[in-house]
Amino acid sequence: MGGLQKKKFERGSATNYITRNKARKKLSLSLPDFRRLCILKGIYPHEPKHKKKVNKGSTAARTFYLLKDIRFLLHEPIVGKFRDYKVFVRKLKRAYGKTEWSAVERLRENKPTYKLDHIIKERYPSFIDALRDIDDALCMCFLFSTFARTGKCHVQTIQLCRRLTVEWMNYVIASRSLKKVFISIKGIYYQAEVMGQLITWLVPYQFSHDHPTDVDYRVMATFTEMYTTLQGFVNFRLYHSLNLIYPPKVMFMYIIQFGGVLTLCLYAVQKLSALSSSLARVVSSAEEEEAELDQFPEDIEKMEAREKEQQQQEVQKKIFVGLKFFLNRESPRESLAFVIRCFGGEVSWDKSVCIGSTYDVKDETITHQIVDRPSIEKQYINRYYIQPQWVYDCVNAKILLPVEDYFLGVTLPPHLSPFVEEKDGDYVPPEKLKIMACSEEKNLVRKQEEEEEEEDDEDDEEEDNEDEEEEAEEKNLKRWNNKDPRERYEVKVTPGKVKVENPERLEQEEKAEEKRLAIMMMKKKEKYLYDKIMFGKKRKVREVCNKLAAKRKAHDDAEKSKKKKARK
Amino acid sequence: MFPRAVMEGSSSENTRSEKIEKMKKVQEKSAKKKRSKEEQEEEEQKDVEVFIFNNKVSEEEEEDGDLSDSEDSVFSGLEDSGSDSDEDDEEKEEDNDEGLKEEQKQAQQVDEEEEEEEEEEEGVTEEKEDEYKHDSSDEEDIRNTVGNIPMEWYKDFPHIGYDLDGKKIYKPIRNKDELDDFLDKMENPDYWRTVQDKQTGSDVVLSDEQVQLVKRLQMGQFGDVNFNEYQPQVEFFSQDVMLHPVTNRPADKRSFIPSLLEKEKVSKLVHAIKMGWIKPRRDDQDTRGRYYDLWASEDTSILAKHKMHLPAPKIRLPGHHESYNPPPEYMFTDEERALWEQQDPADRKFPFVPRSFSSLRHVPAFPRFIHERFERCLDLYLCPRQRKMRVNVNPEDLIPKLPKPKDLQPFPTTQSLVYRGHTGLVRSISVSPSGQWLASGSDDGSVRFWEVCSSRCMKTIQVGGPVKSVAWNPNPSVCLLAVALDSAVLILSPALADRQVVSSSERLLSSQQETELMEGASIVTWSDAEGEELNQGIRLKIQHPKAVQQVTWHAKGDYLASVMPDHSSHLQVLIHQVSRRRSQNPFRKNKGLVQSVSFHPVRPYFFVATQRSVRIYNLVKQEMTKKLQANSKWISSMAVHPAGDHVICGSYDCRLSWFDLDLSTKPYKMLRHHKKAVRGVAYHRLYPLFASASDDGSVIVCHGTVYNDLLQNPLIVPVKVLRGHVITHDLGVLDVTFHPTQPWVFSSGADATIRLFT
Repeated sequence: MGGLQKKKFERGSATNYITRNKARKKLSLSLPDFRRLCILKGIYPHEPKHKKKVNKGSTAARTFYLLKDIRFLLHEPIVGKFRDYKVFVRKLKRAYGKTEWSAVERLRENKPTYKLDHIIKERYPSFIDALRDIDDALCMCFLFSTFARTGKCHVQTIQLCRRLTVEWMNYVIASRSLKKVFISIKGIYYQAEVMGQLITWLVPYQFSHDHPTDVDYRVMATFTEMYTTLQGFVNFRLYHSLNLIYPPKVMFMYIIQFGGVLTLCLYAVQKLSALSSSLARVVSSAEEEEAELDQFPEDIEKMEAREKEQQQQEVQKKIFVGLKFFLNRESPRESLAFVIRCFGGEVSWDKSVCIGSTYDVKDETITHQIVDRPSIEKQYINRYYIQPQWVYDCVNAKILLPVEDYFLGVTLPPHLSPFVEEKDGDYVPPEKLKIMACSEEKNLVRKQEEEEEEEDDEDDEEEDNEDEEEEAEEKNLKRWNNKDPRERYEVKVTPGKVKVENPERLEQEEKAEEKRLAIMMMKKKEKYLYDKIMFGKKRKVREVCNKLAAKRKAHDDAEKSKKKKARK
Repeated sequence: MFPRAVMEGSSSENTRSEKIEKMKKVQEKSAKKKRSKEEQEEEEQKDVEVFIFNNKVSEEEEEDGDLSDSEDSVFSGLEDSGSDSDEDDEEKEEDNDEGLKEEQKQAQQVDEEEEEEEEEEEGVTEEKEDEYKHDSSDEEDIRNTVGNIPMEWYKDFPHIGYDLDGKKIYKPIRNKDELDDFLDKMENPDYWRTVQDKQTGSDVVLSDEQVQLVKRLQMGQFGDVNFNEYQPQVEFFSQDVMLHPVTNRPADKRSFIPSLLEKEKVSKLVHAIKMGWIKPRRDDQDTRGRYYDLWASEDTSILAKHKMHLPAPKIRLPGHHESYNPPPEYMFTDEERALWEQQDPADRKFPFVPRSFSSLRHVPAFPRFIHERFERCLDLYLCPRQRKMRVNVNPEDLIPKLPKPKDLQPFPTTQSLVYRGHTGLVRSISVSPSGQWLASGSDDGSVRFWEVCSSRCMKTIQVGGPVKSVAWNPNPSVCLLAVALDSAVLILSPALADRQVVSSSERLLSSQQETELMEGASIVTWSDAEGEELNQGIRLKIQHPKAVQQVTWHAKGDYLASVMPDHSSHLQVLIHQVSRRRSQNPFRKNKGLVQSVSFHPVRPYFFVATQRSVRIYNLVKQEMTKKLQANSKWISSMAVHPAGDHVICGSYDCRLSWFDLDLSTKPYKMLRHHKKAVRGVAYHRLYPLFASASDDGSVIVCHGTVYNDLLQNPLIVPVKVLRGHVITHDLGVLDVTFHPTQPWVFSSGADATIRLFT
């Protein structure tokens, strides 16, 4: 009767997942090797929907991988290399034990190595995929490039990271793709737009690291191994997209010569960027022929917005063009030089600090000198002495901000994050409002200049329309005389008051009412959702924005009272 | 601490070994001149060497340890056997420990021996002096014949070697204790230059010259004072090609013919290379940094495989909090900081405390930088990823796109008139078909007639009881008003029209005064009004058995329906014919508490709203045609669309349901516009408008276009919320009705007023 008995956990989700240990056994790898493999191949655990079912009835905490993923790993050639390496290590140990030095040497010569090229290609089938994931690679490379030779990782890795980061920075300079910079307490964030992808990376400050003990450097090293490969291929492609030769030869030389001190690397950057534009181009490219966008008739508003943005970007790209900076020795040279060069400025520093300076302090054409100390003794008249924050703020504001707030010894205005985009109802710090107003003013000035050239006058018609509307409203406002006729024995006329009507406000009210009425017509489900969203928004406003505003006000009041006291 | 100690040992060892080398050089160069000194030197050297040897042993061990360590670090790229190497380390450390101990022991021994020596000091020195007198002998004076061996081999024996005759040389008797040693140290001025001779076990006091020599050697100078280090050197073998060869020897034959041995070696190697046993050395540096255009050919086959891949989410971008110089409001107050410190690291809103620095040069390194990067790494390969469909709805999109109310005009927008005069709540209002007059019935026992345009009360009729309902005869050729109060229905002739109309209405009432005995006649009594009532305008009085709640006219104006809600009886609705003074009870069964009734505007249908449903009866066929489910708890009011295909029902549970009779028996739309019970609903006769009145004091006017096309559903758009009535005793607006021709709406409220919105 009734065929075979059905057994539990032999079909369904239980067969789709595999626990970590089982996967490890299936691949016959040790746990660290398994981890390495997962890192390199980008395999991550999955959380099954019904954990108990997958776990065959037990509720113990286990990590599950997709069986498909593990099968995929089975075919990986690198697994064989891992085993080879294990054998190699065993042989080497044995040779050491027997003090067979020739054997040791021979073994070392034939140390098994592997390449990650195919993995990179597999994980990032298209170049854009790779660019999308380059954030982490950059952060890691920049971190490793600041490491000293402490034995935390191979020296070659550090050097390779330095080389790759410098190459990257050089690309950013050459392509002028830097968009935003932010000095945080962690380090300096940079954001560049490369081939339509926003890429953000974090560079730590130039200090020696206090290497923590609870960090597994092997994991980091494995990641770095993968990332350096990825970064290298990305750099190659990017350089070729600019018709530059890769790898840039000059830099190599400097890295080898100086052991890759970053400050020196930066010299390489300077030198290289100078070279790259003139020498290294493979093909003499048609200079900056930007494909003009065709005008699509469908969305005029969008088009306008896009055009405006493009214009702004153009302006931003050239904000430092024509300016000549001199960096004092205490200012963060690498970062500043990178940023200034990205936006077309010229930059130099003292000869004794670092090689690569192109002009001296005494140069009369210097427009800005960046100083990070309270005062400076010898000052030249024809240049501004400013603090480094000015450069970063200008980049983020996309205009040249007034220099007065950034003079020496002046309390700096707050440095705001360019990554925050406020929506309606969010708290906007007053400094940001100020900057926005400033940039708008500049835009206006620019527009006016343009308009003067074009000379358009289509303003009058609109005003006429407005007048007509007002009259109509007045007509609507005719009122019925609602007094009872019996009471109206004494006829008297009281002077009426002219009701001042604000057309804008009326319009607003009308819109608000429209919205209210439309909300009434919502379906029950949607209404519920809508109410929930609105509640959340209101709560956010209440808890975050209002709090911040109150704090700010308290602070400002305190400042004012302090000032008053000081005056007395 | 231990490794450091070892390190120091090794370094000192290094210097020592250097010294020794130098010493050897000196010996070579000034061997013959300084015999006498050399002896002592050698003694010292040996002494030193013993130490060195010990040190060397330990150093070698240490080096081994180092080696293995470094090897481990080489492997550690791949191997995870960290624990093993650790154990090894420990073992080695133990070894080293033992080595140290041994050293210490030896040192102690040496000390002891020294002590012993010092006893015999005098005798020995005398002896030595004797020896040094004759300088001529080439032989070294060696009393001990054991040779250059580590003297520790003899440490367990009573003797330290053998003399020339082969007899044992016994170790000096040791009877000096520490106290003696100390005293010696304090009193003997030569103590510091006393050295023990290991080989003889005796103490030797160094002479001044010897001390000088030691000092020079320590400073790294030559032992011989007279030796000139910088004397000019004759360079025999320089890079310059000389005219004459250095030697006159002719070249060997073997330098001309190829070596067979080498040939054999080379052929072996070649064979090994051919067979693939030896692989050529690879350049490690090259393989790492070699890149090419990986994405030169993007094949779609790989792309298809990776559809399920979830790219790792990016790190959140930093906000103002993270700035090195944030605006002051983003800094923590003391409370917030305390809270931050108390919180579990997982619960914290930020993983850092916002800090502010006055200038960029003050900013320190972020202590948790590597940690954070490491955590990100862990996230990348240890965290399960899941595609979460987060509801990211723009609330604006949820709002339905309706036509703008502006485009749907006309509709009432503002309150323009208020009709005041009643003292009780106004339960019911009705507008005359001409649109000139408004009748209202109130709880104060009066019916008032108002002129619509002037809000003037034309007439007040005291009917002597709270008026439940008033209804103006829809026939424009007569001017009659039906009023329901208590258990009676009054027909009033307000005489507010042309004389002709008034007379025609009078005629209607009085023309046929036949009192046929119908079946309803027994229930209802028709009586003419007399005296005072007649003067006031009351013409007819229809006495019902129960309290009447509502009256309503047929569109023709001849029939009148009255409602007497009752749970238990089937006598709830009566239809009266005024012209013939006839009444009849259309229903034989009780189908529920009747709330409201209405005639179909054109066809012979009759709508009966009970508590939860609306039944539609065909009066000609005398059967039920449809039953509409209202989906509400308790229907309060009902209105029929002038075309007759749509019905709206207001209910006490705040809803208004719109029925499309052609569509379904379920409501086409439920409108939950009101916050409180809906008391009255009304359709406009001409405009596509309907209104609902509620206890929340508002009248909501909606646009409701009905299309002739059966496929198109009615369009319902709320266009205006009208407020004005004051809520009294939890009652707001009680009745609502439209002007028959204008887009105006009247509402009566519990605040004893009637309002007109235009």
